[in-house]
Amino acid sequence: MDTTAPEKIPFLRDPAKLAILYQCLTILGVGLLSYYLIHNTLANLERQSISTGFGFFKKEAAFEIGEKLISYSAADSYSRALLVGFLNTLVVAFIGVVLTILFGTILGIARLSTNWLLAKLSAIYIEVFQDIPILLQLFFWYAFFYEMLPAPRLALNPIPGLFLCNRGLIFGLPQAHSAYFYAFVALGLACLMIFFLRKWAAKRQAATGQIFPIVKVSLALFIGFPLITWWLAGAPTAMNVPKLTGFNFQGGLSISPEFTALLLGLVLYTSAFVAEVVRAGIQSVGKGQKEAAMSIGLKPAHVLNLVILPQALRVIVPPLTSQMLNLTKNSSLAVAIGYPDFVSVAGTTINQTGQAIEGVALIMFVYLAFSLSTSALMNWYNKKIAIVER
Amino acid sequence: MEKTPHRKAANSIRPPATSIGVIGWMRANLFNGWLNSILTLVVGYLLLLTIPSFVKWAFINSNWFTTSEQCKAGSGACWSVITANIRFILFGFYPHQLQWRPLLAVLILILLLFFSQNRKYWKKSLAYVWLLGLFSMGLLLKGGLGLEVVDSDSWGGLPLTLLLSVFGLTAAYPFGVILALGRQSDMPVIKSFSVVYIELIRGVPLISMLFMSSVVFPLFLPEGVTFNKILRAQIAIILFTAAYIAEVVRGGLQGMNRGQYEAAESLGLNYFQAMRLIILPQALKIVIPPSMGILISAFKDTSLVVIIALYDLLKTTQTTLTDPKWMGFSAEAYLFVALIYFVCCYAMSNYSRRLEKELDTSL
Repeated sequence: MDTTAPEKIPFLRDPAKLAILYQCLTILGVGLLSYYLIHNTLANLERQSISTGFGFFKKEAAFEIGEKLISYSAADSYSRALLVGFLNTLVVAFIGVVLTILFGTILGIARLSTNWLLAKLSAIYIEVFQDIPILLQLFFWYAFFYEMLPAPRLALNPIPGLFLCNRGLIFGLPQAHSAYFYAFVALGLACLMIFFLRKWAAKRQAATGQIFPIVKVSLALFIGFPLITWWLAGAPTAMNVPKLTGFNFQGGLSISPEFTALLLGLVLYTSAFVAEVVRAGIQSVGKGQKEAAMSIGLKPAHVLNLVILPQALRVIVPPLTSQMLNLTKNSSLAVAIGYPDFVSVAGTTINQTGQAIEGVALIMFVYLAFSLSTSALMNWYNKKIAIVER
Repeated sequence: MEKTPHRKAANSIRPPATSIGVIGWMRANLFNGWLNSILTLVVGYLLLLTIPSFVKWAFINSNWFTTSEQCKAGSGACWSVITANIRFILFGFYPHQLQWRPLLAVLILILLLFFSQNRKYWKKSLAYVWLLGLFSMGLLLKGGLGLEVVDSDSWGGLPLTLLLSVFGLTAAYPFGVILALGRQSDMPVIKSFSVVYIELIRGVPLISMLFMSSVVFPLFLPEGVTFNKILRAQIAIILFTAAYIAEVVRGGLQGMNRGQYEAAESLGLNYFQAMRLIILPQALKIVIPPSMGILISAFKDTSLVVIIALYDLLKTTQTTLTDPKWMGFSAEAYLFVALIYFVCCYAMSNYSRRLEKELDTSL
């Protein structure tokens, strides 16, 4: 045998050639399957004379939506109806995420508390609420509002100005006044100022070593600036308190039972998972880290701020984001209790137009956009806080 | 303290009464510091406010086996809504005189699960026992071989919930493993197909898949071919679960030592042999506990089939509550269903925690 020329590898033994073969087969298989499905679908659509494409966007929707952030009536187009649903999903997801992080963090810390009663109660809460399907919890809270709460006339009034009845949650709001607008603008300005102040303080500390009391000043700015603006603008204190007139409340802000039930269910369910994430994050920071930080003379606030939190957050943030996405995806269960979120509006659209493929594709696209943008943000954040390895 | 006390005397001095026993425990765990003391008092007050009235409602004043009229007259919980409708809640529209069959199927499943939790029985024969068990469960539900045939449209309740989750996970597992291997593959086409599938499915809610199963799947099929709603929902659940399994299995594959792959290659094994004999047996062992987590969420997620009007456990309960006779007892009925779900999920998550400890071979 000639030893200088490499031995010819038989076709079926050559990994490189096999790889090409397998990939060609996969493309062929997927292509054939999609051709078959598309062919069937087109034939079916033609037979049932269902139109295709997104032409229905401009048609009149002809159905009412109970809760809306922007003006909408049955005479508006489908695209506007879908926009209303989309905004409803956004609202419930946003408020839900904020409340869940708040409540979940408290719960996770309580789980690790040295107080036996508190720790055990949180552990029971976490276990119970994780193990009951979210849909069942939503049904329960929905029934809670419609069956267990009294009519407006006998509404529960746990704290002054807040009423709970089978028409939902109704509470007093400050009377509309331009001062609140100015205070809100001031809050935005304060945030901007804090941002630049922090940058300046960090630069100064790096250059001169002098520490600026950034936390105290930030807090003072954050609270004080809007408060002073409000005071300067006339310090209005009038409240718009709900009053019972006839069979329902007038005035104040009333939140529908559907929305409250959805929010309550989502927050209580997801908080249990967030609590576990927070607990794992706190426990992941070794005891030695805290002891080392204390032994080099850092103040307790600095120990938390400079040593514990940065390390814990690195563990907490990725699973926390996935829980937030879960909450957003679970908000689609609103359709089961009649809150007009995006899925619910899209479902009605599918029923009316018969254009199921477009409807389901829209639903998938919207949630996919949520997920992909969140994970892009997440990857950026992860890169930013990753341990720099040399 | 110039004189050191005698050894004997030191031994006989008891610690102060406030640091041992009940008082000591309370001081250490409930009243250490002013913040904790306040917390204990507040929490204790809240418990005192809620627990007695709950016990009174749920047990003392409750009705267990009465008619709905007696319930409405009473002030406590009306558990009669469950006892009176238990057969419908558990088995749905399954023919009344044949309900021993789904009952037996559920019992077989529980027995199988009970045996499988002991790692002593983890042999090849167990897989055959499972196949046999699943087959006999299907036979019991569907009928045939001398049993009266029951149309799957009338399946419902607990057997449907268990069927969707157990069959869903079993069928999704191989698919998920293939997807995970595809994602780890060096071939760009296969890798990108797997990545797109996994990310697409994980990015959308299950409910959109279920919508697809109920309104889009029928359009995919050639004219005249239809298959029933349960199977369609089952396919949607399988497609959905597989993506999550793929991510879990990928974790196992990535957790493997690089040397294992190299050792398999240097033995001259080809890809399939290496995977089957070396990599997957180890990788799948690592991912048993997280797979339990997927089983738990699949079990909970099957409740979403309510939205496409399948009569699972939750839907039968809701249907019971729409009966004018039993309207208004949602709390009792939902608490009962919640209890069923809780017991199942708690048992599974406890087991997975135990398994994690047992299987942990790291030091």
